[in-house]
Amino acid sequence: MTVRVRISEDSVACALGANEVAAALAAALAERGLQAEVVRVSARGLYWLEPLLEVDTDTGSFGYGPVTAADIDSLLDAGLMQGGAHPLALGPVDALPYLVRQQRLVFARAGLTRPLSLDDYLERGGYAGLKRLLAMGEDAFLAELEASGLRGRGGAAFPAHIKWQSVRTQADTERYVVCNADEGDSGAYADRMLLEGDPYALLEGMAIAALCVGAEQGYVYVRSEYPQAIEKLRQAVARAEAAGFLGGDIAGSGRAFRVEVRAGAGAYICGEESALIESIEGRRGQVRARPPLPAVSGLFGKPTLVHNVLSLASLPVIARDGGAAFYHFGRERSRGTLALTLAGSLRQCGLVETAFGPTLGELVNDFGGGARTGCVKAVQVGGPLGAWLTPDDFELPLDYEAFAARGAILGHGSVVAVDETCDMAGMARLAFTFCAAESCGKCTPCRVGSVRGGEIVDRLMAGSHHAADDVALLLELTDTLRDASLCALGGMLHYPVRSALEHFPGEFTERGPQ
Amino acid sequence: MTGPLTDEALAALIESHRRQKGALLPLLHAVQAACGYIPETAIAAIAKALRISRAELEGVVSFYADFRRSPPNLHRLRICRAESCRATGSEALWLAAQGAPADIDVEAVYCLGACAASPAAEYDGRLLCRLDPARVARLLQEGKS
Repeated sequence: MTVRVRISEDSVACALGANEVAAALAAALAERGLQAEVVRVSARGLYWLEPLLEVDTDTGSFGYGPVTAADIDSLLDAGLMQGGAHPLALGPVDALPYLVRQQRLVFARAGLTRPLSLDDYLERGGYAGLKRLLAMGEDAFLAELEASGLRGRGGAAFPAHIKWQSVRTQADTERYVVCNADEGDSGAYADRMLLEGDPYALLEGMAIAALCVGAEQGYVYVRSEYPQAIEKLRQAVARAEAAGFLGGDIAGSGRAFRVEVRAGAGAYICGEESALIESIEGRRGQVRARPPLPAVSGLFGKPTLVHNVLSLASLPVIARDGGAAFYHFGRERSRGTLALTLAGSLRQCGLVETAFGPTLGELVNDFGGGARTGCVKAVQVGGPLGAWLTPDDFELPLDYEAFAARGAILGHGSVVAVDETCDMAGMARLAFTFCAAESCGKCTPCRVGSVRGGEIVDRLMAGSHHAADDVALLLELTDTLRDASLCALGGMLHYPVRSALEHFPGEFTERGPQ
Repeated sequence: MTGPLTDEALAALIESHRRQKGALLPLLHAVQAACGYIPETAIAAIAKALRISRAELEGVVSFYADFRRSPPNLHRLRICRAESCRATGSEALWLAAQGAPADIDVEAVYCLGACAASPAAEYDGRLLCRLDPARVARLLQEGKS
């Protein structure tokens, strides 16, 4: 076979130099008269090794990384084309402990396929789920979905099949499927990876959902901070339509489903489903009071199924392999796999798709490799509105209920680690600053409370003379935010603030006058 | 590249979006892509075409951080100041960028999805990862030319 070299075209891999490496490799191959195909694929999610080269030869695949353009000559001298030894050699990437310990279902194609190649997608199991759905019928699939135990991956973890049933049983037959791709939480990037790297998986999932709930139009709302994802997805929609996987007659079923990709405009709150719907309709992204739920009255006042990217991208797997196969992974009421993203001060930041169950400590230390310098002081799981946990909590299993019982959230599975240099009062201040900047302004607790809370933390950080009173006031304020906010932005702000206070009280109250 | 928006170009953009459901955000994005901001002429024409009040339209434009009502500066540096970048040195980048030349806008952003290679920023639409203050200083120097 011709030797093939895979290099990611993921936006972060490119920011780390993947384009320059690919260009240098192509030039060096031409100069040396060597025959090899350089293909640009999705990212493995091993970002500390990017730019990563994977060489497919007759005797197996070999990885090298992190590679710079300046390394290309020495790599070729060392026999890159045959998987030769080199200081950057990693051996077969599939055999790296970081990957061996994962169960990649949704990200099964990560690092292997060209994101926009339908052939690559089909070759690796793509659209098998949609075809199986068409063969078995919607009712049978709904039973499979329930058996799978899938819960929404956007953070709320609501059982998917219940949402589907309620959309499906509405009298109004004009219905919509909306994909929430407004992944705004710091530390979360699994949606971005899927949108950029495997867009057909999302489109197949949306088609499956649409057929089951009776929708003919879908929307994907992608945050504008992800321009490459928007571009990829738009091209994927056009290609899927041309191939008959979207459009007037999906895969010969006689049923129609079309998808429109919408760009957000820099408002974090549009990740909240009712604000997202308002935004698609052309209004300010303000949160709606409920009821009614979107399943009853959502986009354009019609029944709407709103799901996160990874919930939808799980559907092709469930449809193809069956609900029981998905349920087999995980524990208790947390079933299937969760795509966790490691971020912050860890040595090995990347994607970890694993069945629920491993402990937080395994995630941070075994996968993440611990802190780059010093020790991990705390980790925030589930985004900027998630609680801070310390190494004392590292025995917690990755499980929605176990986290909830500890007063934390697993959310969508982002993990941001900070080392000993981090000022936790500063992080609490950041939570308020962020909430004040991104509040939609509709409800008073969030709009005003975020500003006032920030002022209290400022006072404490400046060495308040009434620290005990200020802390009491801060706790009362976060209670008000929790109980009286219209949505999760204000309603979950108590998690990062109270947990920082709980674990590191001295950083709030013992600062002394400055 | 962006340039002034002619009446004809504006009319063509409106025409291409007016029948779209929930056309406002796509139309605003198209106008801004064409001329870099949402000019006065576009406000009046869009309000009329989509049959919404000018007040409502201004309300939408001002709600979203992406939309601007005045022409953009020559360059834009957006530094992520969210948790992951904060944990890896974003505040030092932010300080380093404070002396930016007048033709570079320096803005804060909350997450660019590059948290696996923090701290991150975006310069004129290009994503930059694992930044340090020295590289920010170099960017600002280059931008001045």
